[in-house]
Amino acid sequence: QEKVVTGTVTDANDGMGIPGVSVVVKGTTIGTTTNIDGHYTLSVDASATIIYSFVGYRPQEIAVGNQSQINVILSIETENLSEVVVIGYGQVKKSDATGSVTAVGEDDFNKGAITSPQSLIVGKTAGVVVTTNSGEPGAGATIRIRGGSSLKATNDPLIVLDGFPLDNSGLDGLANPLSTINPNDIASMTILKDASATAIYGSRASNGVIIITTKKGVKKGLNISYNGNVSVGEVKKYTDVFNGNEFRTLVKDRVDNYGLTDFALTRLGSENTDWQDKIYRTSVSTDHNVSVFGNVMNTPFRASVGHTIENGVLKDSGIDRTTMSINATPSFFDDQLKVNFNVKGMYIDNNFSNTDAIGSAFEFDPTQAVRNGNTTYGGYTAWVDLAEADQLNGAPINIATHNPLARLAYRDNTSTVKRMISNIQFDYKIPYIPNLRANLNLGYDYSKSDGDDNTDSRASWSYREPEQNIKNYDRKNQNTLLDFYLNYTKEFGEHKIDATAGYGWQHFQREGSNYNRTIEETNGTPNIEKTTAFKNENYLVSFFGRVNYTFMDRYLLTATLRDDGSSRFSKDNRWGLFPAAAFAWKINEESFLKNVKQVSNLKMRLGYGITGQQDISDNYYPYIPVYRQSEAGAYYQFGNQFYSTLRPNPYDADIKWEETTTYNAGIDFGFFNDRITGSFDIYKRKTKDLISEIPIAAGTNFSNFLTTNVGSLENNGYEITVNYHIISNSDMSWEIGANLTHNKNEITSLSNIKSEDNNSGYDLGGISGGVGNNVMFNTVGHSANTFYLFKQVYDQNGMPIEGLYNDKTKLGGNVAGNNDNKYLMKNPTPDYLIGITSKFSYKNWDFSFAGRLSLDNYVYNNNDSNRALYQNLYNQSGYLANLPKSVLKTNFTTAQYWSDFYLENASFFRMDNITLGYSFDKIMAHKISGRISATVQNAFVITDYSGLDPEVDGGIDNNIYPRPRTFMLGVNLNF
Amino acid sequence: CTNDLEVQPIDPNEATATNVFKDEASYKEALAKIYATYAISGQVGGGGGAPDIQGIDENFGNYLRQYWGLQELPTDEAIMAWDDATIKNFHWQTWAPNDVFIAALYSRIFYTVTTANEFIRTTNAAIANASGTFKTELENYQAEARFLRAFSYWHAIDMFGNVPFVTEDDLPGAFSPERISRADLFTYVEKELIDLSTKLAEPKTNEYGRVDRVSAWMLLAKLYQNSTVYTGVDRNTDALTYLNKVINEGGYTFDPNYKRMFSADNDTSPEIIFPITFDGLNTQQYGGMTFVLHASNGGGMPLNGIDGGWGGIRTIKELVSKFNITESDFSAAAPEFVGADTRGMFYFNPDNWQWEVTNVGTFTNGIGVTKFKNLKADGSEAPNAHPAFVSTDFPVFRLSDAYLMYAESVVRGGAGGDVATAVGYVNQIRERAYGDNSGDITAGDLTLDFLLNERARELYWECHRRTDLIRFGKFTGGDYLWTWKGNNQTGSASESYRDLYPIPSNDLLANPNLIQNDGY
Repeated sequence: QEKVVTGTVTDANDGMGIPGVSVVVKGTTIGTTTNIDGHYTLSVDASATIIYSFVGYRPQEIAVGNQSQINVILSIETENLSEVVVIGYGQVKKSDATGSVTAVGEDDFNKGAITSPQSLIVGKTAGVVVTTNSGEPGAGATIRIRGGSSLKATNDPLIVLDGFPLDNSGLDGLANPLSTINPNDIASMTILKDASATAIYGSRASNGVIIITTKKGVKKGLNISYNGNVSVGEVKKYTDVFNGNEFRTLVKDRVDNYGLTDFALTRLGSENTDWQDKIYRTSVSTDHNVSVFGNVMNTPFRASVGHTIENGVLKDSGIDRTTMSINATPSFFDDQLKVNFNVKGMYIDNNFSNTDAIGSAFEFDPTQAVRNGNTTYGGYTAWVDLAEADQLNGAPINIATHNPLARLAYRDNTSTVKRMISNIQFDYKIPYIPNLRANLNLGYDYSKSDGDDNTDSRASWSYREPEQNIKNYDRKNQNTLLDFYLNYTKEFGEHKIDATAGYGWQHFQREGSNYNRTIEETNGTPNIEKTTAFKNENYLVSFFGRVNYTFMDRYLLTATLRDDGSSRFSKDNRWGLFPAAAFAWKINEESFLKNVKQVSNLKMRLGYGITGQQDISDNYYPYIPVYRQSEAGAYYQFGNQFYSTLRPNPYDADIKWEETTTYNAGIDFGFFNDRITGSFDIYKRKTKDLISEIPIAAGTNFSNFLTTNVGSLENNGYEITVNYHIISNSDMSWEIGANLTHNKNEITSLSNIKSEDNNSGYDLGGISGGVGNNVMFNTVGHSANTFYLFKQVYDQNGMPIEGLYNDKTKLGGNVAGNNDNKYLMKNPTPDYLIGITSKFSYKNWDFSFAGRLSLDNYVYNNNDSNRALYQNLYNQSGYLANLPKSVLKTNFTTAQYWSDFYLENASFFRMDNITLGYSFDKIMAHKISGRISATVQNAFVITDYSGLDPEVDGGIDNNIYPRPRTFMLGVNLNF
Repeated sequence: CTNDLEVQPIDPNEATATNVFKDEASYKEALAKIYATYAISGQVGGGGGAPDIQGIDENFGNYLRQYWGLQELPTDEAIMAWDDATIKNFHWQTWAPNDVFIAALYSRIFYTVTTANEFIRTTNAAIANASGTFKTELENYQAEARFLRAFSYWHAIDMFGNVPFVTEDDLPGAFSPERISRADLFTYVEKELIDLSTKLAEPKTNEYGRVDRVSAWMLLAKLYQNSTVYTGVDRNTDALTYLNKVINEGGYTFDPNYKRMFSADNDTSPEIIFPITFDGLNTQQYGGMTFVLHASNGGGMPLNGIDGGWGGIRTIKELVSKFNITESDFSAAAPEFVGADTRGMFYFNPDNWQWEVTNVGTFTNGIGVTKFKNLKADGSEAPNAHPAFVSTDFPVFRLSDAYLMYAESVVRGGAGGDVATAVGYVNQIRERAYGDNSGDITAGDLTLDFLLNERARELYWECHRRTDLIRFGKFTGGDYLWTWKGNNQTGSASESYRDLYPIPSNDLLANPNLIQNDGY
């Protein structure tokens, strides 16, 4: 019985009509769409069922029956991350998670011109410290989850991309392997922090796991989305050095009053050149992303293309990146077989410019002109050896500072990197056995880089090793994965079981070659050339299992076990067993709290687990006695012939896993209908059998250091996360969030070093200036990377007295000549790290910011300790060099590398980004919705640190590519 | 598949110990490595990676570079301007047990010993299965490896005294080597060398760069001559026994051209008994001779075939005055003044140099040394010339040293030599230096003081000075002061325990069998 049905479809949120809603009779192609006001009219049979659907909203089905007017209220689909979190080999309802797991969804990502995934979560999660290495386009970043658990082995977390664990090793020519993944394609990043959550990844889980999930297609329709932005970057601050006139005065003063040879005056020029100003620029960058997503031929899919041009503030530096991503999730046999297919591709052209120009710009004599009319050096002023008669075109002084602009002009350092990561996952419901699924995941990750690093023959620094003038290199990394697991779920009464058991196999292979040569002669052949190559591989084979048991939906128990085999260890030490267990109690479900309205969520979590570490950087066969052939240039002469040499490499036949035991206790809470939510975690992580490279007894192996298992360390800390929805109504919303991280790292034993001797341990933390100069010391009872310096003595006016230090040993004499007078001091890791975010919206406008407060991170100012010295003013070989003006704060003449004057508390607050946005919909005949936004990234930094930037990866500040302040205009359009 | 976990290196440059020696030529390459430990820092040329030892910059961790530094810097022959770690402490004689450079040389000595031990083990097995000329070759290789181990152990005796002791019987692994006393190690090395003095190749029959038995004789003579210092027993008679063999049976002849022995074509010199070889293209290294030539250049000195100086090492007036040269001999027009004794090759430009070293850190305080050159003796371009890496070989043992040792052992009362022959040898050296007999001496001039000075004049910067000064009792203490000795510009006395370097603290911690040397 045909009848006409009319009605309005409105938005549950604002009550407004929704245009374009698909109104279709179930099982047919009969249908219509709503008009501009959300009205529709449709002729249907009374027995029909109408489906109302619209992108982003939860569809509704309504049986017509005798109704003639059907008004429908659609609400936004809330398949959001607060409900489900991905974990290793599966996912879990957030309320059922037993481990310390934090998910950051798209809405919470940092805003701005972000080209690499790790920047999305900077400051967003307690326990996660992300430090970009510099402001260079595409620069790498250091990610630390709950401090480092290793010394020599890697401290990087495991990255799992759509179920595919990625290889941690880098690729020359690609500063940041993560930049392969376009942030625009990422739906969420989930951080697994404690062992009960990570142990399913066994040997790679000691430093946490980051699971990146990319965006998927949707069940219905076809949609197009565009995201684009244009940004402008500028250097915020230059290093304060002497200008030309000041420099001339300074040199004169040093000659007149401090015994500097008056020959230095003859080397002065008459210009005033601001070298830093000359090497930097205001950079303009663009980013475009188009994605198509929907459902075609019953296959939900998403395809996207992104194109990023990120230009650096250092002239010529930049990346040009194209990314592509396809995801399809078809189902077969009535959903019995689900397939998840991912392929991501990336093509990137890097121009690294020449970052040597940064240091040169601090140092190059400001009284010299950029060009001086020479012909040898293409006109760029260069320091010519005193022994040369022609002081314009003669041979250069090799050790002199080289012209910063020649640095930029005469070095061409570029690379092209291609990478494809693909995996296909089959999830099959086993017939006849209810609730049993089989999952097979096959993956292949291929990356290749080709680089050139060429120096023009006119460059004044190219004389030293002409075969280094033309350099080509290529690298190839491959990572192949096979994972298979079975999953069984069963509910009976108050009991619920979810069990998984599986097998994993992964193969990593890396190879590369370098071809260095002199510039080709006219006949096409270089007169010196050198080719080197390397190749290595390793395997991981694993068996793993997990059981989740839930009782009364209140008491949750998780147990996992992983047995990992690594090809890095001998048969006897190859396998490591990594168990974990966790218990969670949903207290708010208990009768005594169920009716307490103020408490909307309260969950207690306890976790324990053991994880491992086998990733010893650059060491793939540490237990095998290996001979290494010497390469060209390292031959030895017998008679008239040059022989390649064969060297036995050091090895430790007994090397084995590192083991980290983690204890974690946490509470998740939500009050006042989740207006206030948050969590608190406290943990202890103990690592034993630390893999480190330590000095060994002379005469016992084929080196003086050996990579072996030596000791143990501990990380203790706590994390607090709080979110507060201050205002939440249909017009206005304001949410603030804060997270606090505190971690303390301590080396508890370096087993083959006597611990009663407070000198035991080893130096690390190499600095610029001199060679072999270290400023850190690893020793028992202190955190890794503790600074180890002399205590500076000051005069009555508070000026440091050059070379005078606290005589700790009370032995007198030359205090600075005795390392025993050094003190163990602070370390570069912040004691507290606080992330703060605010999101405010009013009608169509939104305003948000995110910032970080880092407390008691210490930085050794190596720029000053190496440069702010009067002795650097003039070098005997005949060149002058500029100094940072901070030399006036010390008046040091000679290097005082180990003065704690240079160790500074670099606590800071950085406003990472501020964004103002305006959202619109229904423009252009109501077809297009979107948002425009303006963002300032790296808006400001508040700090007492005297250097350019207090955020220094590793704590030794030298020559860093400055992080620019960036202004961005962004547009998002949805069709 | 769990069998995948059984991996073997797939790098074309690597092979496992079990399959590397399938090729007979591999043995020679493994022997070349032991020689190369003195010259090169690792398996990639130019200090480009894969270093042999860790804990120090690869280029600094070069054997010859550190050996040179520890033998020359604490003496009146050289002073260093740089700021690298504790490098200035050497000239000041203020080094400490945790000194990174001392540790580097110590590690280097034992690296060579351990590598030689491995080779001796490997060839032991191979010799048992070999026959014919290959067997003879292997035996020669093994003898050379044993010589090089003895040579490095001699460095240990000379510099560190009581050290860990390992032989081919100690397999690599985690153990604590036994400590051996200086005297016992002396006895061990002596025994090895006596055995090798008939096992090594006949004089002058080996390839250039490889030692023959003359090197064993020479090293025995060195041990015996310093025996009073090493063991408290005077062995000058034994020294003369082997010096006579070196001089009369060795086949190495006096080079009429002094300069050639320090030039890039010194492989053609008939006088050099044992060289450490370098080559601009094939043996590239920022340590070794590349270091000696570059670090000693700067301040307008002639480049002599290198690309530029690093402005580090120069000498002080005490050495220059031994050639009767004074500041006023130099002028801006003639900064490379050469006196009657042509062995004194110095550079001083009064325009930008200063005779007195008021600032240790200023290279141009002091006097430049131009003895070593990366040019052929005739001034033409070096063979396989490269601007950064030199082709000049380092003369470890040369005949003139044997002549002067002969004279010294005679003066010290050793039997088996005579003063007339000694004076003849000395005058042969001096006539080469002066170009005529104007510098000749008489028997009356042949005193210990004269010989110590003559050794400086003939052998300066050749890694003999510290050992010589100790043997003459002038290294530490206040008998002989020179600029900045004892961290004092005019020189001050230093503690006598510094005649030995300390056992590096790292090894004391790693090996409980060791005991620190007295005083440290």
